[in-house]
Amino acid sequence: MVVKRHCVNYDIKISSDNLNVASCIEWVSAPGCGGIDVFVGTVRSETKGKKVVRLEFEAYEAMAVKEMEKIAQIAIAKFSVHKVLIHHRTGVLDVGDIPVIIAVSAAHRGAAFDACRYAIDTLKETVPIWKREVFEDGAVWVAAHP
Amino acid sequence: MTISIRAFGVVKEIFGAISVNVDLPENATAKILKGHLQEIYPALSKLTSFALAVNSEYANDETVISSKDEVAIIPPVSGG
Repeated sequence: MVVKRHCVNYDIKISSDNLNVASCIEWVSAPGCGGIDVFVGTVRSETKGKKVVRLEFEAYEAMAVKEMEKIAQIAIAKFSVHKVLIHHRTGVLDVGDIPVIIAVSAAHRGAAFDACRYAIDTLKETVPIWKREVFEDGAVWVAAHP
Repeated sequence: MTISIRAFGVVKEIFGAISVNVDLPENATAKILKGHLQEIYPALSKLTSFALAVNSEYANDETVISSKDEVAIIPPVSGG
């Protein structure tokens, strides 16, 4: 399952297949850019001292791509960056797998860093994607309960 | 009117289903629907928070729901 939205300066994807960092960097690179900032999320082996067996990601795809598109559009307008790419996985991920990649290209590094942080921070607040952490003795939907 | 409500994440476990049907008065708002759902499913009130989406956009309390709308419950998101 793959859901995409893109235009000349942003590329949004939610996919049940592996994400590819090299192709993301290639997509945002452009002659006028002096830097590319990349955030790669990875599945951690433990949470608060408990061993994580795997993560399961679920998305409301139709809404998630719209929210991710808003993030890309605002990042481009607010930080004057060149291109923004946001890719997110769904399905079952093992420790070390990549659930999210954000790549931003800009003329100068400051804007690229700022836009990249804005994108990942906002994604975690607004994009309807849910993570279920599976431990050896049970599982929880992350952030669901106080 | 009968509204079908999609569930994701922890809400699927609360509903025991991927969607439920709820009867609402015509022109009910998102606030009314949220209150109604909390009465039927008290476990929703134990969540950190939950929002409604109408036609795949976040709704506010005043958003009016019609029978043609796609409505979903959005529990606290945890992507990334």
